[in-house]
Amino acid sequence: MAKFIYNPSLEVNDITVTYNNGHTAIYDASFSLSAGTICALVGVNGSGKSTLFKSIMGFVKPVKGSVTLSGMPVLTALKQNIVSYVPQAEDVDWNFPVLVEDVVMMGRFGHMNFMRIPKKKDKLAVRDALEKVGMTEYSRRQIGELSGGQKKRVFLARSIAQEGQIILLDEPFTGVDVQTELAIMKLLKQMRDEGRLMLVATHNLGSIPDFCDHTVMLNRTILDAGKTADVFTPENLEKTFGGVLRHFTLGGDELHDDDDTRSVRVITDDERPLVLYGNKTQKSAAAKKSSTANKPDADAKITTSKAEAK
Amino acid sequence: MAELFEYLTEPMQYAFMQRALLMAILVGLVCAVFSCFLVLKGWSLMGDAVSHAVLPGIVIAYILAIPLSIGAFIGGLFCAVATGYVKDNSRLKEDAIMGIIFSGMFALGLVIYLKVQPEIHLDHILFGNILGVQAADLWETGIICAATLGLIVVRRHDLLLYCFDQAYARAIGLPVKLIHYALLVALSLTIVASLKAVGVILVIAMLIAPGAIAYLLTNRFSHMLLISSVVAVGSSVAGVFVSFYLDADTGATIILIQTFIFILAFLFAPTSGILRKKIVSQNS
Ligand SMILES: Nc1ncnc2c1ncn2[C@@H]1O[C@H](COP(=O)(O)OP(=O)(O)OP(=O)(O)O)[C@@H](O)[C@H]1O
Ligand SMILES: [Mg+2]
Repeated sequence: MAKFIYNPSLEVNDITVTYNNGHTAIYDASFSLSAGTICALVGVNGSGKSTLFKSIMGFVKPVKGSVTLSGMPVLTALKQNIVSYVPQAEDVDWNFPVLVEDVVMMGRFGHMNFMRIPKKKDKLAVRDALEKVGMTEYSRRQIGELSGGQKKRVFLARSIAQEGQIILLDEPFTGVDVQTELAIMKLLKQMRDEGRLMLVATHNLGSIPDFCDHTVMLNRTILDAGKTADVFTPENLEKTFGGVLRHFTLGGDELHDDDDTRSVRVITDDERPLVLYGNKTQKSAAAKKSSTANKPDADAKITTSKAEAK
Repeated sequence: MAELFEYLTEPMQYAFMQRALLMAILVGLVCAVFSCFLVLKGWSLMGDAVSHAVLPGIVIAYILAIPLSIGAFIGGLFCAVATGYVKDNSRLKEDAIMGIIFSGMFALGLVIYLKVQPEIHLDHILFGNILGVQAADLWETGIICAATLGLIVVRRHDLLLYCFDQAYARAIGLPVKLIHYALLVALSLTIVASLKAVGVILVIAMLIAPGAIAYLLTNRFSHMLLISSVVAVGSSVAGVFVSFYLDADTGATIILIQTFIFILAFLFAPTSGILRKKIVSQNS
């Protein structure tokens, strides 16, 4: 099978989503993405990120507007096996009698005949995907016998094995250690270079400029969307997160003794950064994930908990 | 040795015992394969509900003079579909809805039964009459079993994915609604096929025990299917012979044997058995 028969694209066309209880989670939302992109989706809790994913997947029907995937309506696109989706939380029975490799093999079903008998290339794809997320040695474990982060990696491996053109990841980094996070980002960049389209919801603001070329800001409707360089501005972040955002500024006079008036700003959503100046932890930024931060060097200026990603 | 051989051949001199044995094996096998899905999907109560709901179907079919199996099938399927409908349109949990619908239908069946007084024994509907099985019944059951087994064995991977992760099944474009209803139809058919052998009340044991036993013994689905089938067919064969010599009810004997195996599995299963755990913790 040719690897890229499609030129993946994603178009969200003026959608409004109302849940059964009458709550309108998203209104009048529009944006579009094209091939070879990693797009960040940011917004506060309850801003509708997961809802947006669910409507792109056709799990909830918009009351207004439409979604097109590679120019096709959602159901048609899903049948073509071009979309992979890793939800925020897997709603599965962890006692199910399936091994890690069985779960990843499910990602290959769309490439198999109707009896779902794996061929050599399917087995290779499974092995490859497990290796990419560093779960090879766990491949024969029962799915429930894993830690939370390992479970996440398995489901990511399943979507990699699927070789989808459009990949939707709902908070893939929560509960995942820094090393794995870096590995996943590298993987995503690789897939971008292969021409795939990825939409990634994340609260991990610090790493967005590193690996996302586009950003969509959401708060029940699209506040701004476009190239990260244009959209990912302090003003926009302020608008998206309002007072919720943790804000922390170190003025020039506190920082150094010369006349440099520039200040250091640390903006964060849910994951508190560890801010260090010299060897002192700054008061307002007590570390929640201090274990993930590097030990401060003597000459360290600033270390955020996720700044190693750079 | 010769004595044992005689023990096995003696019952088989009777044609009705031959038919009973064949029926027990057929029903055991199809129920066993199905039970793996029921146990994993958490649909055990669904089996109970559908089996009870066939009673009004049978009685009404009797009044309308259409084949009883068709009435039973419609009754069972109606219960399953109605449950899904009410669930989608209310905030009640599925088990509560099922409880109401199937007991309501069962009660309706009883009321009509006593009014109409059909010549089928209520006992035979409730507990089966495997020794009274006719060649035509065997054919009917055989065809239903073959169809259900064929469907399940060929599509088992998709069914497994559906039970494990419905959202992903939908995400890769599997027709989840169709799979859902296909499973319900197959469940109703399986129950109808088993009625003559074990009846409305006992079929539920056949539909849960083998899968539950296998679930305790393995972490792989393919092994689960295999263990479940072996357990069920073994219990069926043993049950037919044992009941012959004890002069006991055949359906009940089969189920007692399954229950006994379940207790053994519960105690001695390789990783989850409670005795096994005790031994391991003492040794360490
Ligand atoms: N099944 C549902 N029924 C009714 N309302 C819902 C449902 N799911 C979500 N909501 C509501 O819709 C809004 C958006 O929820 P959503 O899950 O999309 O938020 P999110 O941006 O993904 O948040 P988070 O960052 O916490 O994951 C919330 O106000 C939530 O309460
Ligand atoms: Mg969410």
